[in-house]
Amino acid sequence: MNLIELIAEPLGYTFMVRALAVTVIAAVLCAVLSCWLVLIGWSLMGDAVSHAVLPGVVLAYIFGAPFALGAIVFGLLAVALIGGLRDTSRVKEDAAIGIVFTTLFAFGLVLISVTPSHLDLNHILFGNLLGVSAADLWQVLALGAVTFVILVLKRKDFTLYAFDPTHAHALGMNPRLIGAVLLGLLAMTSVVALQAVGVILVVAMLIIPGATAYLLTDRFGRMLVYAPALAAGAGIMGVYVSYYLDASTGGMVVLAQGVLFLLVYLFSPQQGLVAKAVRFRARQKAIAATR
Amino acid sequence: MTPAIEVDNATVHYGAVQALDRASLTLNRGTVCALVGMNGSGKSTLFKTIMGLIKPDTGTVKVNGLDPQLARRQAAIGYVPQNEAVDWNFPISVRDVVMTGRYGSMGWMRRARKVDHAAVDAALERVGLTSHAERQIGQLSGGQKKRTFVARCLAQKTNIMLLDEPFAGVDKRSEGTITTLLREVAAEGGSVLISTHDLHALPDLADEAILLMTRVLMHGKPETVLRPENLALAFGLDPMKRGGK
Repeated sequence: MNLIELIAEPLGYTFMVRALAVTVIAAVLCAVLSCWLVLIGWSLMGDAVSHAVLPGVVLAYIFGAPFALGAIVFGLLAVALIGGLRDTSRVKEDAAIGIVFTTLFAFGLVLISVTPSHLDLNHILFGNLLGVSAADLWQVLALGAVTFVILVLKRKDFTLYAFDPTHAHALGMNPRLIGAVLLGLLAMTSVVALQAVGVILVVAMLIIPGATAYLLTDRFGRMLVYAPALAAGAGIMGVYVSYYLDASTGGMVVLAQGVLFLLVYLFSPQQGLVAKAVRFRARQKAIAATR
Repeated sequence: MTPAIEVDNATVHYGAVQALDRASLTLNRGTVCALVGMNGSGKSTLFKTIMGLIKPDTGTVKVNGLDPQLARRQAAIGYVPQNEAVDWNFPISVRDVVMTGRYGSMGWMRRARKVDHAAVDAALERVGLTSHAERQIGQLSGGQKKRTFVARCLAQKTNIMLLDEPFAGVDKRSEGTITTLLREVAAEGGSVLISTHDLHALPDLADEAILLMTRVLMHGKPETVLRPENLALAFGLDPMKRGGK
């Protein structure tokens, strides 16, 4: 079997085409958002919000409302609860995050268990790439497109917010609002990625691509290109490998992103461990030569 | 002419801690004023109050005669943060930092127009960073880092500048460049408020100095404020006692 056949064979199945589509959409969206999350230091917040949307999604299912609405409400609720808990008690932020998102997540689990429905817990936790329906695909596409457009159009405000919120305030912007919008988009993104890799692994897609790109460039604009390109590449690779190894698809997508990060961490031209070691030795030699 | 900044009887608490105690000051046009005081004397709190980040419990603040919340809509204040407040690994170039000074006058997508590029180029030229414009900000010396943020204020075309410890970790040459620049800003009618520990440079830099210890202890000429007996008030030393031994 040659390479073209290897690539073409899975595309003969509709479920594989949809899986690839959802993976690419989720990977690109998560990767773009992750550039800001990594720089603001919101990795834990990404973890928290992506878990906390669970009860929102279940409630939306029960009441027949759009998933995105439930997710945003609960995502922002989680953020508000975390901030409130931190500000009104001696509990520190990391503990507040730990308390709020696990409680909301547990609430979601309980809701699923008592709701007679077709919601499959396993699919929500670990994703269901191979079972994506046409309707699912449309929802992911619509939600992803809206989120992506907002992120790209307002990217300069988000970047200034990440870099210097005080200056943003001095310019008459509303940093709190910018932060809230970014967290709302995080909740929407979680819903998109939930379909692909499940609640538990969403956080990987929300952190790894941004961190990988950050090790590759000193320009935020380039991060916004590298991160989604790498994430989509790793995602496609993951889906294919999982097809041929008959392995967990969501798991393989994240694993591919993790391996890619490791490679960049080792071999990035500027920030990579190997390049740093080479430069260090060159300097040592230069110093020795002057003696 | 309305003063640039008027703080009248401002008191600020953080929980039970009093950070500002009935502080009053007026900063006129064309003046460089230095804010001198220990850590915890309320310098940062005073800055935040002027910028409208904190609303005082009592008293009023006016910037260009306006409430700080209105003044900031006009991007009236340019702000140079202290070193520790900046993420120097942030993937942003000198030029891009200076460009953020223009955001207040740009449209909602913050698209740079010709006039914005021109303002940024002029600001970079003025602080002597034209050749460093494309560098990532972490690859600058201490003085160049400060000048980047001063350039951002210049690009913002504001007539009020707040600088938080601008001379910390800055070499003498850059300190000279920044001092000259701030004097020029004042000569053009701008108002500059600087918090600083660098007392020996004050007479060259500032027209006025304020001694702060949650209250405004003294507001006058730098030479007067810098007299040992006055500094002792702000820094809790007692030179009379030491002299008596």
